[in-house]
Amino acid sequence: MDKQTTRIQEILRRFPQIKRNALIPLLQAMQDEFGYISEEAVAHIGDHLSLPTSKVYGLATFYNQFSFSPRGLYHVVLCNGSSCHMAGSGELLNEITKILEVFDGQTTRDGMFSLEVQSCIGACGQSPVMAINGRYFSGIGVKEVREILKQYREDAE
Amino acid sequence: MLSEREFLLRLAQVDPAELTPEELDRKNLFNRSTLNKPLVMVNSSTSGMVAGAGATMETIRQYVSERNIEIDLAETGSIGLSSEEPVVSVQLPGRTRIFFRRVTADKVNGILDDLFHQVVPGQLLIGQLRKKGQEPWADIPFLDEIPFFSLQKRIVMGACGIIDPFSLGEYIANGGYGAFLRTIRSFTFSEVCELVTESGLRGRSGGGFPTGEKWKAAFRTPSDQKYLVCNAEESDPGAFMDRNLMEGNPFQLLEGISIAAYAIGSNRAYIYIRSEYTDAIRRINHAIKELREMGLLGDNILDSGYNLQISLRKGPGAFVCGEETALIASLEGRRGMPASKPPYPASSGYLGRPTVVNNVETLSNLPAIVREGPAWYRGIGAEGCPGTKIFSVSGRVNMAGLVEVPMGTTFDTIVNDILGGAKKGRTLKALHVGGPTGCMLPVDLMDVPVTYEALKEEGLIMGSGGVLVMDDRTCVVNTVSYFMDYVDKQSCGKCIPCREGTRRMAEILGGITRKPDDDEGHTTLERFKGVMQLESLAEVMKDTSLCGLGQNAPNPLISTLKYFRNEYEEHIFNRKCPSNSCTELRSWYIDVDMCTGCSVCAKRCPSEAIIGTARHPYFIVQEKCIRCGICFEVCKFSAVYYK
Repeated sequence: MDKQTTRIQEILRRFPQIKRNALIPLLQAMQDEFGYISEEAVAHIGDHLSLPTSKVYGLATFYNQFSFSPRGLYHVVLCNGSSCHMAGSGELLNEITKILEVFDGQTTRDGMFSLEVQSCIGACGQSPVMAINGRYFSGIGVKEVREILKQYREDAE
Repeated sequence: MLSEREFLLRLAQVDPAELTPEELDRKNLFNRSTLNKPLVMVNSSTSGMVAGAGATMETIRQYVSERNIEIDLAETGSIGLSSEEPVVSVQLPGRTRIFFRRVTADKVNGILDDLFHQVVPGQLLIGQLRKKGQEPWADIPFLDEIPFFSLQKRIVMGACGIIDPFSLGEYIANGGYGAFLRTIRSFTFSEVCELVTESGLRGRSGGGFPTGEKWKAAFRTPSDQKYLVCNAEESDPGAFMDRNLMEGNPFQLLEGISIAAYAIGSNRAYIYIRSEYTDAIRRINHAIKELREMGLLGDNILDSGYNLQISLRKGPGAFVCGEETALIASLEGRRGMPASKPPYPASSGYLGRPTVVNNVETLSNLPAIVREGPAWYRGIGAEGCPGTKIFSVSGRVNMAGLVEVPMGTTFDTIVNDILGGAKKGRTLKALHVGGPTGCMLPVDLMDVPVTYEALKEEGLIMGSGGVLVMDDRTCVVNTVSYFMDYVDKQSCGKCIPCREGTRRMAEILGGITRKPDDDEGHTTLERFKGVMQLESLAEVMKDTSLCGLGQNAPNPLISTLKYFRNEYEEHIFNRKCPSNSCTELRSWYIDVDMCTGCSVCAKRCPSEAIIGTARHPYFIVQEKCIRCGICFEVCKFSAVYYK
């Protein structure tokens, strides 16, 4: 068994009761561990809970929290709540997509950046808000975004 | 001497008048009325952290360790001034506590230097907190004299930003947990239901259903197991009052949950919380752990024979899960899709058992209601709609933040008097009330009182209480289009009117606010046709959708067609956005005086719409321009502008 499978099995062991209502917590545990839900994880969860893989995948795609591609080294979260939208988060999103060439939920080819657009992170007083790996940037414009991303790229190289 | 646990339990159970002087002194240490060393509190909730509270705390730590000063550095929640974060408060022994705004890391040294020399710095000051037995600072306004606080009535949010959310001792020393212990000791299940019915408390999640009635229905249904679910899935963009209550005062919520669970005869409660609220999750988990250790949660609570387990469930994120049947489906591990009612969850909910779903704000009201009595609560607010409501106000407003006002207050008071109206030099245009499925009301209707009935009369809904303020720079059509896009993405897809209706509406609105910007050809015909159908589509969705999401989805559209029809017409007939917010409808021009003729814009223009000779001002041919805005981005001399 390879390393990933062992880790998946370990997580499954933490959920001994084979009940449908363990499905979401299980998926969340996978997401926390790996940063995304892999095909393998979906199959294993299906086996564990005696559910068809299609049901597990169907449920996971219904919710916003789960992503299906590995996270980048830097995970960019952009808030697109109503207050941020009004403060120009749409333009920021365009800029980020232009620089990184990825859309919501995708990861750059070199695995450096991944992008997630959240509906509202609840910091409406400081809009627009962006976060990279948990570090917040508030009240920023297109120019700042360009510089921040450039800085991160340089740091990585 | 009593151990800490025994002492706190005694505090929660006896009348403060019965305490001995020694016990009073001990209590005052717990609730921070008296201090042994200076206290510095930083708002480390999400709004504070986003504004840089992490760095502020680090700098404070460094400041005191360099100077060998012993202080008590504590975390707290937000007092509601979200746009003025990070808020820091400082209390020196024997003196009142002083609050400062926008204390970023570079401001820390100046403020602490002054304060430790017994001088209050004038800048960044908010005010001082009035408290008995503490010597006030001279010439500093009290918090309750500032319009932001004086016009509010803070029952639920009163302790947010003032107490330490990690300290159960401080919560109890401020009068906490007395209500719950009284409930389980001296009331029967149905007496609690009766008490809450009598208080007139109504659900704060939007519908305004009487909480006591909901409980009674669940209480009357016989079952081996009943469940109480706290709805903390606050996925309305622009609403953050529940998050603030959980981060600022988690024990109050947990006490409320305990009272509600007892009232319906349940010993199992769940908190269904948004997974994005990591900080609230951390604080609530800590609070649950402390309560277990104290013996206020678990089996046979303080020998009363009552058992209660509360567990946290992270919601995987879906707007529709705010609806109670969808939330229950999600808890059961299914897709969060609403079910038709009846049967109501109160008779058949989670795992087929009677379930009551209440939201965070509703539950947070309970400790005060039990403590002060239903008559006191009915005296606050409006007739038939007692209590207070928290509004989270954001957008183009002078100060964004959380405001708790008695029911029946007008929006005019909330936005103009408490939050200072529009930003400098701007005029208010409209308020959007109730989140993505809420309604827009123009400024001249701002004197409508906020009660469920009065709003309904005007065709508005309260929703969760999110208020988005718009000024003359915001485009009504663009905002409606944004909300419609959001609702379209969040529609669960179960019933056709909502799934297809929101998609078509988003398409039509997109067609109005986006390119092509000409008024000829096939797309124009489509645009006209679409707009003519919007109203009838809205009616069908309202009548035939299964849940509140679909029924309310056309609200923003209906209300704006009623009050802001001229803006739609301007977009459709003239292809102009009056407030210049729709970027694709902007017309670009080059300022003759500013242009140096560097020719950069002409080279970069994808449609070759910019002509001119080098070193002379260039010109944009409007017929060729595709409104991409690249010229504006590349111009180093700010010569390109739009109108």
